[in-house]
Amino acid sequence: MAAEANTDTAGAVAPLKTPLHARHVALGARMVPFAGYDMPVQYPTGILTEHNWTREKAGLFDVSHMGQAFLVGPDHETTARALEALVPADIVNLAPGKQRYSQLLNEEGGILDDLMVTRSIDPDEDGALYLVVNAACKEADYPHIEARLPSNVKLVRAEHRGLVALQGPGAAAALAAIAPEAAEMGFMTSRTMKVAGIKANVSRAGYTGEDGFEISAAASKIGEIWDTLLLDGNVKPIGLGARDSLRLEAGLCLYGHDIDTTTSPIEAGLNWSIQKRRREEGGFPGAARIQRELTEGTARVRVGLKPEGRAPAREGTEIATPEGEVIGVVTSGGFGPTLNGPCAMGYVAKAHSAPGTQLNLIVRGKPLPAVIATMPFVPHGYKR
Amino acid sequence: MAETRYSKDHEYIRIEGDVGTVGISDYAQSQLGDVVFVELPTVGKALAKGSEAAVVESVKAASEVYAPVSGEVVEVNGELEAAPGTVNEDPAGKGWFLKIRIKDAAELDALMGEAEYQDYVKTL
Repeated sequence: MAAEANTDTAGAVAPLKTPLHARHVALGARMVPFAGYDMPVQYPTGILTEHNWTREKAGLFDVSHMGQAFLVGPDHETTARALEALVPADIVNLAPGKQRYSQLLNEEGGILDDLMVTRSIDPDEDGALYLVVNAACKEADYPHIEARLPSNVKLVRAEHRGLVALQGPGAAAALAAIAPEAAEMGFMTSRTMKVAGIKANVSRAGYTGEDGFEISAAASKIGEIWDTLLLDGNVKPIGLGARDSLRLEAGLCLYGHDIDTTTSPIEAGLNWSIQKRRREEGGFPGAARIQRELTEGTARVRVGLKPEGRAPAREGTEIATPEGEVIGVVTSGGFGPTLNGPCAMGYVAKAHSAPGTQLNLIVRGKPLPAVIATMPFVPHGYKR
Repeated sequence: MAETRYSKDHEYIRIEGDVGTVGISDYAQSQLGDVVFVELPTVGKALAKGSEAAVVESVKAASEVYAPVSGEVVEVNGELEAAPGTVNEDPAGKGWFLKIRIKDAAELDALMGEAEYQDYVKTL
């Protein structure tokens, strides 16, 4: 028996450790190299159980490997305009305490990374934007951003912070028990509060399709928040394995797989993340291409795929018409525990992208019937 | 009593006369994690030692199961189609993959016995 090479786990020689590393080891997690860090892929109960627990109750994820940073300028308008030169989202009109998803773009409109941008609710912090970027991209993102900032806006890396995500229908009740203010937060909002007595930045967002929160606190204190949350019988630790199956069912892109420098946000179906003002005004890298694609469409688009049998179609699987013409490729695929069946996403030629279109996935040389499906595969449970 | 021998790739073969029952070891299933799909060969297929006999997929990844010896597939465990998790629950029993008519019993000598395999796993 031999496992196929997993590109995610081709790690560095001496992996970095998050502030929660010793806790994962003590919990019996299976640790794997991921984006330069030694991370828990699963705890002893396994990915299926962790996935289902998150959908039914509340899962706690260590995402401290992700890049946290602040853009700091003299006022919101100045800092927002500096970031707008790098991303296609409307940041100037982002209200205090609100969060937005966007992408760092290259001059061709390809995606260098995707990120969350948050404007502080605190008037004393006017001019600061909080960024969360992908772990695997952060060492490239930071110099990219710094090289393009005006002299009065600085990038400050929040190196000494940890980040955890609490996700699932039981997340709000679990967090409210130790941070009552969290209960009343709206989706994609952020505020500073005490969590188990520790000062933390809390956002109501996540990467599982469920209601939930991301909690950022000092690296020296994040362990106390982790431990306190795990005292709740409805909260269990969840590894990267279930994080991946949860986000796949939710139809969310994984950078380096579903989006990268060769894909534009429009090909990826991320049009919703580019607000009207930016579409009209442009002024971001690759704007000419993106404005053209918004008007004319793209030759290929990201779609959901539902194999008809039980066999999962993994990343790299060719997508063909029933006549055998290859018209696309799977970028993420596997088994959806909540779906209780395989699901995948990938890019196909526009002519074959309508939901319900019958296609074949070429798995181990054999064509397996599949159908274009709308995403998410599992309905989102966001608190609106 | 039937003898069980193991490959370095963690397949086992339980030998009863000239037929061997092939599956993956308890160590292998624990390394794989939750099995969600098993692809089995067709009955009658001739397998060469070390060739791909089956595919086992966990939530994370697909892995090949190799034929520990050469021979012809005489039976496959169709139950795994509907209940792939049986591979995790009972790898040495109900979680078997296929039965093979052993072509050359001498090939079994290259495989490890129970004690030798358990020692081998400890080194991994």
